[in-house]
Amino acid sequence: MDLILDIATWVLLLAGSALLLITGLGLLRLPDLYTRIHAGGMADTLATFLIFVGLSLQSGFSLVSVKLLLVIVFIFFTSPTASYALAQASFVAGLKPKLDGFGDRDQTKEDA
Amino acid sequence: MKTISLFLVLMAVWLLLSGHYTPLITGFGVVSCLLSALIAYRMDVIDHEGHPIYLGPRIIFYWGWLVGEIFKANIDVAKCVLFPKKFLRPSMFTVVASQKSDLGRVIYANSITLTPGTVTVDLDDDKVMVHAMTTGSADGVKGGDMDRRVTKVMRET
Amino acid sequence: MMIYAITAIAILISIALALTRAILGPTSYDRILSANAIGTKTVLLIGVMGFLAGRPDFLDLALVYALVNFIGTLAVLKYFKFGTLRGTLSKPADNS
Repeated sequence: MDLILDIATWVLLLAGSALLLITGLGLLRLPDLYTRIHAGGMADTLATFLIFVGLSLQSGFSLVSVKLLLVIVFIFFTSPTASYALAQASFVAGLKPKLDGFGDRDQTKEDA
Repeated sequence: MKTISLFLVLMAVWLLLSGHYTPLITGFGVVSCLLSALIAYRMDVIDHEGHPIYLGPRIIFYWGWLVGEIFKANIDVAKCVLFPKKFLRPSMFTVVASQKSDLGRVIYANSITLTPGTVTVDLDDDKVMVHAMTTGSADGVKGGDMDRRVTKVMRET
Repeated sequence: MMIYAITAIAILISIALALTRAILGPTSYDRILSANAIGTKTVLLIGVMGFLAGRPDFLDLALVYALVNFIGTLAVLKYFKFGTLRGTLSKPADNS
């Protein structure tokens, strides 16, 4: 039983780590701010979920797993609000997204 | 009535987080929760928006569905980061939110943002401007599945 | 367990990548995004380190850090948008 839990923790944490590395890569190589927000959202959602669920498997049913769940809930509530505020602020400031489907849109990036 | 339920929720969270159950500490907890509930009552912030307990178990089911969507969307975005040339097709468009109340619209817009691959850029009355990363994620929002589910959660069909 | 150390190292590398973006970032919004991402990753790091050190009490810190990170991001964005921290967010945005 313990072995199964350990293996599950390994798998979940490794998947979370891989997702975090992909997030870091995405923050670096994606072309403009809005696509980078998507990459950042990946770390906020699934990576957090995987890592904390993996940790809560190790702690069993206790106050610790409740706290882990609460951290997940808090991050799931707050991260879209922060992303929305960021996207909205940059949009209002006139930062145009790079789109390849709309030729008439402004393709250059303007400094806010 | 809502003040009492707010107090109970606060108390439950306090008990879960504290882990110390000596009479003195628990007494402090009760007093602080009572104080918070009273202040919230005096500030008049306990309305159906600030304390949406009436949504009940339906929102739990919605969250379950949302976690599944987040799984799929994350794999999408991860592919997109690894092979940007092949998958990256950013687009921006406006959809109409069918919810009547502000809370429903906020739940809808936040769900869009929480799903990686789509970010709400602007929320103006019932028009939601969405930035999507791939054609798949854009179609997912345009299809309106999430919109219908949120409307169902809010019971506003 | 070893996996905690591996995860912690992955989180640190990810933080380093986000920090590179914060240094390179062409606009200030890129930098705020990186700061927000680093904050989220720090929450993860605190949780994993708590388990690595065998002291899950660290999770209280993670909980508080998640909330502080959120409020900090919003405060900086509000300051950027309105140039002040006073007033309400419902003021029309005309200083673009």
